[in-house]
Amino acid sequence: MYKILKAEQLTANIFLMDVEAPRVARHCEPGQFVIVKMDEKGERIPLTICDYDREAGTITIVFQPVGASTTKMKELKAGDYFRDFTGPLGNASELVEEDIEELKKKKILFVGGGVGAAPVYPQVKWLHEHGVDADVIIGSKTKDMLILEKEMEAVSGNYYPCTDDGSYGHAGMVTTMVEELVEKGNKYDVCIAIGPMIMMKFVCLLTKKLEIPTVVSMNPIMVDGTGMCGACRLHVGDEIKFACVDGPEFDGHLVNFDEAMKRQQMYKTQEGRAMLKLQEGDTHHGGCGQCGGDE
Amino acid sequence: MADVLKKVPVREQEPKVRATNFEEVCYGYNKEEAMEEATRCLNCKNARCIQGCPVSINIPAFIAEIKEGNIEEAYKVIGQSSALPAICGRVCPQESQCESKCVRGIKGDAVSIGKLERFVADYALENDIKPEKPEKTNGHKVAVIGSGPSGLTCAGDLAKLGYEVTVFEALHELGGVLVYGIPEFRLPKQKVVKKEIEKVKELGVKFETNVVIGKSTTIDQLMEEEDFEAVFIGSGAGLPMFMGIPGETANGVFSANEYLTRSNLMKAFDDSYDTPIAAGKKVAVVGGGNVAMDAARTALRLGAEVHIVYRRSEAELPARVEEVHHAKEEGVQFDLLTNPKEILVDENGWVKGMKVIKMELGEPDASGRRRPIEIPGSEYEIELDTVIMSLGTSPNPLISSTTKGLETNKRKCIVAEEENGQTSKAAVFAGGDAVTGAATVILAMGAGKAGAKGIHEYLSKKNA
Ligand SMILES: Cc1cc2nc3c(=O)[nH]c(=O)nc-3n(C[C@H](O)[C@H](O)[C@H](O)COP(=O)(O)OP(=O)(O)OC[C@H]3O[C@@H](n4cnc5c(N)ncnc54)[C@H](O)[C@@H]3O)c2cc1C
Ligand SMILES: Cc1cc2nc3c(=O)[nH]c(=O)nc-3n(C[C@H](O)[C@H](O)[C@H](O)COP(=O)(O)OP(=O)(O)OC[C@H]3O[C@@H](n4cnc5c(N)ncnc54)[C@H](O)[C@@H]3O)c2cc1C
Ligand code: SF4
Ligand code: SF4
Ligand code: FES
Repeated sequence: MYKILKAEQLTANIFLMDVEAPRVARHCEPGQFVIVKMDEKGERIPLTICDYDREAGTITIVFQPVGASTTKMKELKAGDYFRDFTGPLGNASELVEEDIEELKKKKILFVGGGVGAAPVYPQVKWLHEHGVDADVIIGSKTKDMLILEKEMEAVSGNYYPCTDDGSYGHAGMVTTMVEELVEKGNKYDVCIAIGPMIMMKFVCLLTKKLEIPTVVSMNPIMVDGTGMCGACRLHVGDEIKFACVDGPEFDGHLVNFDEAMKRQQMYKTQEGRAMLKLQEGDTHHGGCGQCGGDE
Repeated sequence: MADVLKKVPVREQEPKVRATNFEEVCYGYNKEEAMEEATRCLNCKNARCIQGCPVSINIPAFIAEIKEGNIEEAYKVIGQSSALPAICGRVCPQESQCESKCVRGIKGDAVSIGKLERFVADYALENDIKPEKPEKTNGHKVAVIGSGPSGLTCAGDLAKLGYEVTVFEALHELGGVLVYGIPEFRLPKQKVVKKEIEKVKELGVKFETNVVIGKSTTIDQLMEEEDFEAVFIGSGAGLPMFMGIPGETANGVFSANEYLTRSNLMKAFDDSYDTPIAAGKKVAVVGGGNVAMDAARTALRLGAEVHIVYRRSEAELPARVEEVHHAKEEGVQFDLLTNPKEILVDENGWVKGMKVIKMELGEPDASGRRRPIEIPGSEYEIELDTVIMSLGTSPNPLISSTTKGLETNKRKCIVAEEENGQTSKAAVFAGGDAVTGAATVILAMGAGKAGAKGIHEYLSKKNA
């Protein structure tokens, strides 16, 4: 059992938790993820590691309810437990592996969208702690939906918030912000884009044109997260890769996003049904996460 | 008097009924049936059956106890050699192991050794007969990676010798393929697997789930930071293979591992669990092994019309005869001498069919089986909504890639001595599918035993 030490609602639909998981906290690096399972009957849900405290043995996760399981998960409170919490999974971000002196010479741009700001944060923070200040663009639909603003500003070189509706920061999509920065004469050696697949796809189309090498963090449907099931497979160039063990980060210019987006929709109608069941309340009582639903 | 040349028949669920549920297919013997079958054993002096058993169970001795009605004594005999008899009695390929060597088999049916073993083990589970526990531990710590049959056996044997053993398991449940691969209707999880694992726990073995060795920690760290003096790797062969044909990433194409994991481990067939499964209406399972049979029979129970697509003929099917027979009885269709060329995909990215080609058998290949050859121009299309690829697995590189000095061969299998599990790295032993590639439960158990023996010898020498 893994205790939730803090549970916080960041925006109307984004939640943050600190969870006690000493083994994960001791070994994780930016770019890796965990798989959580709420109770006996829950799904295995992959979530990026958003922050970690090696001393305290805690991991921070940030998530957005999209289906039945994540909707149940948002009801968990400090003091509740996850039945399972596995990790760190996947590979560390390439940046972490690179030579620091080489990194310092590079101009790095991060692009985060929606809840994707969460996985961007540990990477930017890690760079900052190692004396590298990266530019960061974070996009969301409206001002209320922006997360981790203070934290992000504190560790980034230049921080550019964007909102689709223009309620805050740059008005428009993250891609228009990238264009603007490049037009102003900024030269980037590498771009790291993390967010919804559709956002990563359009960032990659643009950066390909601008000739900026781009790394994306893929979030396909997963089951085990250890390379055993193949659910997370995707085409990167001509090759089939398993996101959980070969990734989650890949060369964005080689990823087949259209295929990946279709695969992500695989359980759409079934999940819709599960959601209905959940809303009608016949599968779960109070969302305590302990009861295992109807037994 | 029954015909001594024939096995006492075993009761099974009706094929039509069981094709719609996940209850166990075979009911097993009751005491009368077991005692009657036991009388068929000739108690051979030079019992050839024992040579056919990878863990050398003293078969005539335990059958002799059954004959007398001493089931508890029979259990003790089996317990000297096997830690998981209720599992082996169900899933061992007996017909090619112990029973293939039985002298009764020369003129009639072999003695039903597997079913007798199962009866004794189930009796022990039902009557809560416990294995004997060591008086006290010897203070030496050993880590076991993976809770499949090889890891469980190694851990159990070491605990009996007094070691303090911790098993680290990547998944949230214990049992390896026994829980995520082999379906409920062949191997009940609560009634059998969980209870057999409980027995290993009672020996004092500790278990830590959700620990992925190579990620959550490494073998070197286990030894340096957590004082484990030796490590046994029983991490299995869990990496699924695909064919590399067009359309394989379409929605509705699964590896057998994913399909079975969703159904068995995540219990997607049970509505009260949250994990979904795309059950499919018309399903093709590509492959002909035990895993393919399990995937096919699972899809059938989830309501689909199911075809096994296999490139050789029936005689070459690698699955156990009993499983093929059960699958046929339940209504699985066999499209033999047929091989996929391409998976056809609709505009939404879903499988809509498969282009296949007819095959014929040519000259024998390296494996001694006749090589299948395409018949030119014989392609045709079948309509489908789901394809399950069951082409085999290879060992996961998570451990080998994070452990310095651990040698692997070109099939990515860990190199280890057969008789004691010693790998190329000091204090590290390995066995089971991680070493041999996908094999059987009983071979994995045999390797676990050998590993325990190897570790005991190594540590006894080191600490002498
Ligand atoms: C490596 C990785 C890291 C991730 N990190 C985060 C994170 O930090 N924060 C966060 O909020 N989410 C993250 N996700 C996505 C998160 O795992 C999914 O949102 C979650 O699994 C959905 O669970 P659910 O049961 O609520 O919905 P599901 O039952 O899975 O389905 C709900 C709907 O969401 C779609 N869906 C399923 N899986 C995903 C997915 N992986 N991504 C997007 N949509 C999906 C389905 O098609 C379905 O329509 C990550 C995913 C991966 C693979
Ligand atoms: C569907 C199916 C049906 C089968 N049917 C039969 C049958 O009828 N009869 C028969 O004899 N055999 C059968 N087999 C084969 C048999 O199950 C295997 O040969 C046997 O389970 C191998 O045992 P093992 O202990 O080596 O590995 P596994 O049973 O594969 O166990 C390995 C365990 O290690 C864990 N692990 C892996 N990597 C790590 C890591 N890095 N850190 C921590 N833990 C890790 C895995 O999660 C797993 O739990 C079948 C296999 C399948 C898939
Ligand atoms: S363990 Fe398997 S091979 Fe050995 S006696 Fe039992 S059924 Fe036969
Ligand atoms: S070979 Fe057959 S008859 Fe002889 S002891 Fe073994 S099981 Fe009995
Ligand atoms: S999630 Fe199963 S292989 Fe990646």
